[in-house]
Amino acid sequence: MYPADYRYTKDHEWIKVQGDIGTIGITDYAQQELGDVVFVDLPKVGAKLAPGKSFGSVESVKAVSEIYSPVSGEVTETNPLLVDAPEKINTDPHHTAWLIKLKLSDPKEAASLMDAAAYEAYIAEQAKEHSA
Amino acid sequence: MLRSIFRRENEKPSVNTSATVDLRKTALNSVHRRLGAKMVNFGGWDMPLEYSGIIAEHQAVRARAGLFDVSHMGELEIRGPGALQLVQWVSCNNAAKLNVGQAHYSGLMTSRGTFVDDLLVHKISETHYLLCVNAGNQDDDYQHIVSNNKFDAAVENAGPRYSQLAIQGPCAAEILQKLTPEPLNAIRYYHFAFGKVSSVDCLIARTGYTGEDGFEIYFAPEFAEKLWADLIKAGESAEMIPCGLGARNTLRLEAGMCLYGHEIDDSTTPWEAGLAWICKMEKAPFLGSDALAQQKQAGLARKLIGFEMLDKRIGRDGYPVVIGGQQAGKVTSGCPAPFLKKNIGMAYVPPSNNTVGAEIEISIRGQAAPARIVALPFYKRPQ
Repeated sequence: MYPADYRYTKDHEWIKVQGDIGTIGITDYAQQELGDVVFVDLPKVGAKLAPGKSFGSVESVKAVSEIYSPVSGEVTETNPLLVDAPEKINTDPHHTAWLIKLKLSDPKEAASLMDAAAYEAYIAEQAKEHSA
Repeated sequence: MLRSIFRRENEKPSVNTSATVDLRKTALNSVHRRLGAKMVNFGGWDMPLEYSGIIAEHQAVRARAGLFDVSHMGELEIRGPGALQLVQWVSCNNAAKLNVGQAHYSGLMTSRGTFVDDLLVHKISETHYLLCVNAGNQDDDYQHIVSNNKFDAAVENAGPRYSQLAIQGPCAAEILQKLTPEPLNAIRYYHFAFGKVSSVDCLIARTGYTGEDGFEIYFAPEFAEKLWADLIKAGESAEMIPCGLGARNTLRLEAGMCLYGHEIDDSTTPWEAGLAWICKMEKAPFLGSDALAQQKQAGLARKLIGFEMLDKRIGRDGYPVVIGGQQAGKVTSGCPAPFLKKNIGMAYVPPSNNTVGAEIEISIRGQAAPARIVALPFYKRPQ
């Protein structure tokens, strides 16, 4: 379910690093919690991001949620698919519904984030707290 | 990204905010969990927010039918020779005009003419009224009515004796008719009858909170699982689906209906909320009638309006309304309208700025988003 070559944040973003480019999206767990996504607000190409800094928002019918950058870098691309089809986030959050691409300040920065196994353990814990 | 998500929009502050406090459960709680519903704390109750998704559930109710567990709603019963006098004293609509078997929408008033709650009043007999009130308010409503009971009526907080299901949508009557010998076409809108549904004694009311035709049925909780299962089966051919509080909220907002804690609360009056049609001054005196007469004469400082967004953004509750560069009010509810395919909302603004067609701005996290004032309701079902 959660790609082994991605890294994950506690706020439920994922990042895939290829060379000095990072692709960022939100996780399947996040889309399930949000419900039907209706609008995505993304930054402009060239925007500079820092870890933990909000760079946009995802809106579902029920709620709006900020998205935080996992690492530092400069936005090189935003996903054009999401302008007219934000609901793709509900069906393919880990692949075609990526949000932005970044030129990474430090390609090693993402290594400190959770790997897939750690993230799965983390959301299992969250789910337990939720149903308690 | 989910830092803000768990504070869900529709949630009313309640004494049960701590996760360690047990939430109240309806008789259908395990049914919802088996169906995989996403559950949410609503007014201290553990309730289904959505099953298949808010948009799919919303569209099902507009096109066909949906089934809602609304057993969290409170029921108060008022009996005795003083029952009508008590109902007349605490609420703003004119219950003397109700026939037996008829219901109306009303407001439970403070002495300031503001809302303790909004409610449905059902006249069961000359000496017996059933009030359907909001889940999170039922205990306060009961106390409020008891403390104003100078008419020696018997007041019962009857919530635990009832489960309630809402069958809503253009196919609702055809589905419910399969399970009851009661001729449903004889029950007019905002009327009710006592009859059997699946051999279970029910109060069958042609009421709802979706803007569609439909029914709300009240019965003893021990029959809840049976009635739910029988209704789901009866609705299969019409593709009726279970619906949660998420769709209930988008449906009522599209239909321009108020939600307690959003459009109305104990600081708003019926005049401000566009609810003059439920506030009958000719029956005065009643609780709050002096204050209401005074406000009517003095004029209003704010009035509820409907708006639609002119771009893709959503003006949600609590966001400031900006008119001519000045903050003029606040959004009370806002969401995407799945049937109308627009982003809509309601807000309070000064009466000088409430012209239909006027352009306003909603401040969304510091950015101004254009919107236009539109007439309420946003959606009206084809007759």
